[in-house]
Amino acid sequence: MVVGSGPGGLQLSYSLSRLGIDHAVLSDDAAPGGMFRRWPVFQRMLSWTKPFTGVSRTSRAYERYDWNSLIPDEDAHRAVMPALMDGTSYFPSRPEMQQGLEAFAERTGIRVRYGCRWESTKAISSPARGGGQGGGQDFVLTTSDGDYRAPVVVFAVGVAQPYRPPISGLDDVPHYGDFRPVESYKDHRVFIVGKQNSGFEIATGLLPWARQLVLASPSVTKLSVNTRTLVGVRARYVQPYEDAALAGGVVILDTTIEEVRKDGAGFLVRTRNATDGRELPMVADDVIAATGFVAPLGDLPELGVATFGQSRLPAQTPFWESATVPGIFFAGTITQGAAGLKKHGIPSNSGAVQGYRYNARVLARHLAETRFGVRIPRPQLKAGEAVGYLLSELSRGPELWHQRSYLTRVIQLDPDHGITDEGILPLAHFIDSGGPDAVAVALESNGQGDPYPAVYLRKDGHVSESLLAPHPLLDFNGTEYERQMADILDQVLSASPSPA
Amino acid sequence: MAVRDDVVNTIAAFSLFADLTGPQLEQVAHLFDEAFFGDGERILRQGVSGSGFYIILEGTAAIRVNGVDRSSLKAGDYFGEISCLLGEVPIADIVAATPLRCLVLPGGQLEGFLTAHPKVMYRLLQGEARKLKNTTKWLS
Repeated sequence: MVVGSGPGGLQLSYSLSRLGIDHAVLSDDAAPGGMFRRWPVFQRMLSWTKPFTGVSRTSRAYERYDWNSLIPDEDAHRAVMPALMDGTSYFPSRPEMQQGLEAFAERTGIRVRYGCRWESTKAISSPARGGGQGGGQDFVLTTSDGDYRAPVVVFAVGVAQPYRPPISGLDDVPHYGDFRPVESYKDHRVFIVGKQNSGFEIATGLLPWARQLVLASPSVTKLSVNTRTLVGVRARYVQPYEDAALAGGVVILDTTIEEVRKDGAGFLVRTRNATDGRELPMVADDVIAATGFVAPLGDLPELGVATFGQSRLPAQTPFWESATVPGIFFAGTITQGAAGLKKHGIPSNSGAVQGYRYNARVLARHLAETRFGVRIPRPQLKAGEAVGYLLSELSRGPELWHQRSYLTRVIQLDPDHGITDEGILPLAHFIDSGGPDAVAVALESNGQGDPYPAVYLRKDGHVSESLLAPHPLLDFNGTEYERQMADILDQVLSASPSPA
Repeated sequence: MAVRDDVVNTIAAFSLFADLTGPQLEQVAHLFDEAFFGDGERILRQGVSGSGFYIILEGTAAIRVNGVDRSSLKAGDYFGEISCLLGEVPIADIVAATPLRCLVLPGGQLEGFLTAHPKVMYRLLQGEARKLKNTTKWLS
């Protein structure tokens, strides 16, 4: 059972269907799209789709440049988004995004029971089922359409339930999602609580309307162009930051907010500087809480699903299974709760479509093999092909580009079965699970320079890490990379008979 | 990914932060990220680069060297600082022995954090001195 019809639920349903796994998708919404049926409030996405790239739109390599289309197996259904965008921006509008998701669902025959609201969840013991390891416990979802029962439930319910931190008076001010028509802020002093993208998105939209804009929170603003990751305010929304830096009238404060109080027709906001402890009261006509969202997990915590962080994300294994309740899985933006290695503090892109669409495909394969007795064939590689294949995946494999340090391409080096392509797996799973001799390649970043390849060799159960040099054109083919990769593979291949 | 709003109260009781004021504790809570690990999950991996500085909020963890458990850690304890301070890969695994909630700071940010909070640096130095003393005792 899959709950949710945003991009995560749709991608998972598509991938499960292609593996022959029976399932039902339930959704409280009336049509596909999830949160993109409403947001972003200023109606344009943050994630791009590049029309012209030098690679064919029907190729897998194009996915690196198209962050917004879901990922089919058939060429005919690839790259839905660039075909329907109007070309005025490489960021699709919200309606274009919604149309793209609707088109993908329709063309690939994804079936969803819309208007079916998940209300509560029970775990009940069940006799072991044939063909999988899921016996012992079933889940029963009570919905507005009656009870549904399954051994595995995947929740793809988004992280879009408004959250307000416990600041006195903040409960009474509008949240990001309650933003009014922009004209109604004309000549107002607007105080925005929160300095993430949602706060800066609103500030950007209000630049031509508001008299004064204040953005305040205790954390110092980070910019994505500095972190070189999706962490921080994206370039699209940096204009208010420049306005503040050049003293144009926007004010950006690193302060705690102690109280928001109604004051006549407006508000009084008491702020306190964390460094020197000084209090600064501010008067505003409008206060907006751009303070983030939590995962709407309903009664799952009562079932034992552990959550963490301000967003109350469920704690997850590398395969996006609840870390505390086996059989409950997650898809979509909630999968950002599986941190993986998070090297140098850089998160995966699991919070965004271009990252979690791959998680969903990996999860579908994992469920098929571990719960439904499906064995997915592993393509064989000749010994002479392995180096070129791995370098080509590092240069062009979209899974590695979008899910750095999280997803990895694995080839197994087994003297009895030869070299086999094990597909895309979570890197933490590869490093921690043990198993036969194998090599995994990933792209990684340290937040400073260009991304670089990382090679993990598992030999006799022990994993060793090799980091290769970055390349200014991000092309990891060429003799130096070939030599280094061959040296790593030789540590295993030279010790076993060549299957070529 | 920001931390849960009860974190400030939890860390106020930790000796590492004993000298900080309320607003400073709140600033610390906003600087760190929160992470959760299931029972048996690895947090630091011996020989794997890019790790961070962790402070345990809830649960216990094992220090495992070459597959052998050497010691355990509990709420208020921290780990990963040696690899962050030296800029080297961890020389031990840290494995959750129960479900484990932590605060985490990327390795590259530890220097800036400690120099901005000298009292925390002094407390950390005391912790390292205690570890060194115990190791010396154990060796002699």
